[in-house]
Amino acid sequence: MNAKTADKIATALIVTIAAIIILILAGLLGYILIRGVGHISFDFLTSPPETIRAGGGIGPQLFNSLFLLVLTMIITIPLGLGAGIYMSEYAKPGRGTDFIRLVVEVLSSFPSIVVGLFGLLVIVNLFGFGFSLFSGALALTVFNLPLMVRITEQGLKSVPREQKEAGLALGLSKWKTIRSIMLPIAIPVILTGTILAAGRVFGEAAALLFTAGMSSPRLDFSDWNPLSPFSPLNPFRPAETLAVHIWKINSEGLAPDAPEIAAGASAVLIITVLLFNMIARWFGRYVHRKFTATK
Amino acid sequence: MQALIDIDQLDLYYGDFQALKKVSLDIPEKAITAFIGPSGCGKSTLLRTLNRMNDMIPGTRIEGSIKVSGKDIYSSDVDVETLRKKVGMVFQQPNPFPKSIYDNVAYGPRLHGIADKQRLDEIVESSLRAAVLWDEVKDHLKRSALGISGGQQQRLCIARALAVEPDVLLMDESTSALDPISTLKIEELAQELKKRYTIVMVTHNMHQAARVSNQTVFFLNGEVIEYAETEKLFSNPVDSRTEDYISGRFG
Ligand SMILES: Nc1ncnc2c1ncn2[C@@H]1O[C@H](COP(=O)(O)OP(=O)(O)OP(=O)(O)O)[C@@H](O)[C@H]1O
Ligand SMILES: [Mg+2]
Repeated sequence: MNAKTADKIATALIVTIAAIIILILAGLLGYILIRGVGHISFDFLTSPPETIRAGGGIGPQLFNSLFLLVLTMIITIPLGLGAGIYMSEYAKPGRGTDFIRLVVEVLSSFPSIVVGLFGLLVIVNLFGFGFSLFSGALALTVFNLPLMVRITEQGLKSVPREQKEAGLALGLSKWKTIRSIMLPIAIPVILTGTILAAGRVFGEAAALLFTAGMSSPRLDFSDWNPLSPFSPLNPFRPAETLAVHIWKINSEGLAPDAPEIAAGASAVLIITVLLFNMIARWFGRYVHRKFTATK
Repeated sequence: MQALIDIDQLDLYYGDFQALKKVSLDIPEKAITAFIGPSGCGKSTLLRTLNRMNDMIPGTRIEGSIKVSGKDIYSSDVDVETLRKKVGMVFQQPNPFPKSIYDNVAYGPRLHGIADKQRLDEIVESSLRAAVLWDEVKDHLKRSALGISGGQQQRLCIARALAVEPDVLLMDESTSALDPISTLKIEELAQELKKRYTIVMVTHNMHQAARVSNQTVFFLNGEVIEYAETEKLFSNPVDSRTEDYISGRFG
């Protein structure tokens, strides 16, 4: 077999594999969307669920998912950025950093049900945060933090050495160089990674079952005081997210339209994650242009 | 002429490898000093000790002393950031920040605490003029620095270094990535700048060293082989190895 035929066969093989993967993905997405989109309406997105009767919505669950996302990111982003900057710029490379990196890898690949049980034992019971959004956010931080650290580290490592040296040679301190030269260059990478990590929060169910809980109190959407127990903004209330809701109605839903609701909710979930990814890409490019004055 | 930089018995080790061996040099003020020598002989290493850029490389060790204006720059009470402000650097590859032309020049002064817009405007203009770039870019200061030519970018980097008001300018093969016309422009610029600044340049281009520098140092394997007035070193070298090198017999 000469090089040319080998090349042709390899190309054909790669194209076939790619096509199969795209087909599977498209099929999966299409199936979920086609089954669910018809059920989505303004009412469905805003009204609370019903246990026995038909016609329930997913309003509180959608809100919970978004709110949990914000909470998780408030915890993850500062910690992840800080640790990533430390790992990439301050820690002396050696056994210590290798070990931290290993731990980070292991943490981020933990099965989520294990993290959920850990959350139940430690966060919910031992620390006494109970079933709450806050407990859920901490549990999700367990996977998202490692991701965030790695993304930050990679982002900073991708900054050309010349840029860093240029900053230092101007007499800028290390921190000023990192903050004002390296981070802006790294930001598209960090931002895109962050938003991808955020997508994971949205889809997570297993880790939340035992931490954020499987029920929501009757939320009063006119009460925005974060301390009152029925306020949607109270982080210490239990909260069922969209993904958990889908799991629940699929396994024990009593309403006659449970399958439709599950399908609709799944479609909403997928659409939200897709939107997230698109916004991430667009925003990353936008910020990059803004920071670098390239047109 | 007075020596601004006084290097005395300097040894530098990268781990076990000794990159500089007992280097002693006096670099005079307001003149151009060129470092020449074959690849790997330690020119960049010595240049980067002058603004302590080697500090970043783990495992480097230094013995001997370097004094700038009489002050040992490796003594423990020296502030590295202040030193680097006084000893600016221009690199081999033009490395403007991915920002506007204006912001590139204003960067150092801004981060060193100058916030006044008018003052910054003045610094930007005078630095760009000093780098002979002003006339070419004055009408589009807000454009990205990545959009101008390599030669212009290198002059922008010089302007950026000048904006923090250094006394010394280190240039590490700063024209080697440029075309002949841009190279010539930078050489002319260096001639102009030496009236106000002390310039130390590394070059692989013997003609460049002969054309622009006042004195030349020839290195080999981390040692200073010969140090003399440029004219003398090129016309009448004392050491046979210098002669071999400048006549192109090795290196
Ligand atoms: N970070 C480093 N770690 C270990 N050795 C190094 C390091 N940097 C340089 N060296 C070694 O030190 C010696 C001097 O290097 P240096 O870069 O100063 O040479 P140079 O004269 O500038 O060469 P060139 O003309 O190719 O730029 C070389 O042998 C090089 O391999
Ligand atoms: Mg070099």
